[in-house]
Amino acid sequence: MTAALLAANRFGLGSRPGELAAIGGDPRGWLKAQLDPRNALPATIAALPGTEKRLETLPTLMGDPADAQKKLAQAILKAAREQVPEDSAARLQAAITSKTPLVERLTAFWSNHFTVSGARPVAAGLIGPYEAEAIRPHLFGRFVDLLKAATLHPAMLLYLDNATSVGPNSRAGTRRGKGLNENLARELMELHTLGVDGGYTQADVTELAKILTGWTIRRPNQPQRAIAAERGGAVFIPAIHEPGDKVLLGKTYRDQGENEADVALEDLARRPATARFIATKLARHFIADDPPPAAVTTLAETFTKTGGDLTAVYSKLVDLDAAWAGDGKYRSPYDWVVAIFRAFAADTPERARRAVQAMNQLGQRLYFAPSPAGWPDDSASWLAPESLLARVDYAEAVGRTRGESDPMQLADLSVGPSLSTESKLSIQRAPSRSDAVALLLISPEFLRR
Amino acid sequence: MLNRRQMLSLTGSLAVMGTLPARLALADVPTDARFVLAIQRGAMDGLHAVPPYADPGYKALRGSLALGDTGGADSVLDLDGKFGLHPTLTELKSWYDKGELLVVHAVATPYRERSHFDGQDLLENGTTQPHAGNSGWLNRAIGLMGGGDRRLGLALGPEVPLALRGNTAVASWAPEKLPAAAPDFVNLVQAMYAKQPALQAVLRQAVDADQMAAAAVGSNAGMGALRPGNAARILAESGGRLLAQPNGPRIAVLELQGWDTHTNQNGRMAQALTQMNDALAALKAALGPIWAKTVVLTATEFGRTARPNGSNGTDHGTATALFLGGGAVEGKRVVTNWPGLDSAQLYQNRDLAPTTDFRSVAKAVLHAHLGLPQDALDRVVFPGSAGAKPLTDLVRV
Repeated sequence: MTAALLAANRFGLGSRPGELAAIGGDPRGWLKAQLDPRNALPATIAALPGTEKRLETLPTLMGDPADAQKKLAQAILKAAREQVPEDSAARLQAAITSKTPLVERLTAFWSNHFTVSGARPVAAGLIGPYEAEAIRPHLFGRFVDLLKAATLHPAMLLYLDNATSVGPNSRAGTRRGKGLNENLARELMELHTLGVDGGYTQADVTELAKILTGWTIRRPNQPQRAIAAERGGAVFIPAIHEPGDKVLLGKTYRDQGENEADVALEDLARRPATARFIATKLARHFIADDPPPAAVTTLAETFTKTGGDLTAVYSKLVDLDAAWAGDGKYRSPYDWVVAIFRAFAADTPERARRAVQAMNQLGQRLYFAPSPAGWPDDSASWLAPESLLARVDYAEAVGRTRGESDPMQLADLSVGPSLSTESKLSIQRAPSRSDAVALLLISPEFLRR
Repeated sequence: MLNRRQMLSLTGSLAVMGTLPARLALADVPTDARFVLAIQRGAMDGLHAVPPYADPGYKALRGSLALGDTGGADSVLDLDGKFGLHPTLTELKSWYDKGELLVVHAVATPYRERSHFDGQDLLENGTTQPHAGNSGWLNRAIGLMGGGDRRLGLALGPEVPLALRGNTAVASWAPEKLPAAAPDFVNLVQAMYAKQPALQAVLRQAVDADQMAAAAVGSNAGMGALRPGNAARILAESGGRLLAQPNGPRIAVLELQGWDTHTNQNGRMAQALTQMNDALAALKAALGPIWAKTVVLTATEFGRTARPNGSNGTDHGTATALFLGGGAVEGKRVVTNWPGLDSAQLYQNRDLAPTTDFRSVAKAVLHAHLGLPQDALDRVVFPGSAGAKPLTDLVRV
């Protein structure tokens, strides 16, 4: 594959008509030019209602009597039903139409790293705004700011249950006999920062859970005086914060109320295990399922040296020769669907809704990752028999609606000279144009990036 | 849609590829026994599914999660005067009463940390380390069964879980969400993959499974899309029909969701257990007379905290309970070396303490039910597990 096609496919989201010309002779420059905060928030996504607006319309979670709980559940499900399709279509339309596709790939990468899944209905209606408010604004800044924004966003606080975690010795804890919920604390270290082998213990999980207590979402009719701090729709309630010192990873944290979480997150972001973990995930996403160790080391060093400057890490990644070598990656359903829609420049909102549907049919329903670990990022997980057959079915269906396209022109645009002899012959000898287009989409070359 | 790819296997693809194994007409049937592994992802709370309701420490320990024993609608379904089933598990209770269900309690894999993802990896890879290999213990077991080209293993759902991944080819099945491509088109794709052995093999497996499914399950029309509420039942019913085929698969993996009950556990467990109960009922019904030759084993990565957390839920723990059901099970028993519920008896004063190794149950089934030799179980299927002796007399031989 040419360097321009690698830029468009591996780093971007699949080549669009005209994109190779835009990349020209400087694929690295084309990618680096995208690393700009001004590209982070497409207008269609900025136009959607934000977290605070959505939370206004929702009653909330905690301490309600049983029938209020039921009403709440209904309200949340209704909101999710109405908002998730709109958020999903906006996200895919942004990916399909983007002139800065690396930005959209990074958005999806971090959104998956800090997964909030609609599999927990309570969070489903907030995932769109979570990406717009917590992920996108911090794509090009420091990791620690991304970490803070994601961890303390209402969507994450609800998804991983911090919203209902109560310090056992806090005023609310002693009065109502409530206690800790350690879900967020554990996943925060295992999945978001240190990695599972990052050297923490069960005691650290419990201590971090204490540190995080108090951060929740606003309850209905909550008096303003109960709130000590507000951030992006989340609130800090001192009455549920665990008082006293906490010891996390050997360091004592004095009781500092709402600041404790910030300090702990800063410390987690600085640890070498975090640099290594993030570097590994980026290298796996952009280079190979088993990325070259040297590449991981280089990225981790850059991460540490720059204090977690993500733009510096991405730039280093683009500079690595290893990122331009190898067989690349088997496309996930997201990658494959978006690449198809981009190849056809299928840019309308109606098309985007079909892309949402296609992802669902292909086993990767947008915003509904199966667990807090997010969607898998390796070939073995996606190259299952049933999944491949579903892609064959889908490719044929697309071909039927795209019979007017010139298959070889489409091949030049999307995979270029990497098209194998077998694929080329199959496409040229196909009994119909529809089949020829479909064969290109399901060809081994189009299945990879 | 019915049998739409059956034609493919008889016509085009043989000519195109020339190497397809004979599929449905298979002579070498290694065993008549059927085995279903039901993986409960998210960590099932064994103290909630199978409450030790007569333990003197139970009510105080479990607080808002304790179930009643007064015989009312919310009461446990008594098993043996000591343990009961959650009231939603009516189907399992009927199995128990017929001698077709046993419970193993206070059971855990060798994993002693509390990460879902590592815990599941270890549960499925069959070693004592997470990520210690890319194959699953059930795949290795199938490899030892000597089925030749035949796909004895079946993943129910679009993805193949790690337990079934490995060197031995398995099939997967899920209801279609897309209109099927024409057989001719699938042939063109297979021809295009002529020099891509990996893609070719995967596609061939898919076509095989699809063909078998068409024969066994029939049209999927009307089945509808899988949703969280019905997926397990649909997959279990279809899996039962596929397993019931004389030349069908022998071993299937079903996934059951909804166990990670950090909040509102009473409601969420009732839902997850109802879905499991309904799915297992559908499986038994679909198996028909083959039920007599079947063993179903449930498995989850670990248990949950013995005490409730601050959100009427539980956090990640250690030991849990498992179900062993089926016509071939020597049931009507709760098998346990009960560790007790006092603070000092809990693991790290927090979780139900593990007293039975999960591998001791799995190895017992693989040995007594599927006929795998002990030595291979100790070394290949669960490497280095000679210390985890198989339990005896779990299965009618």
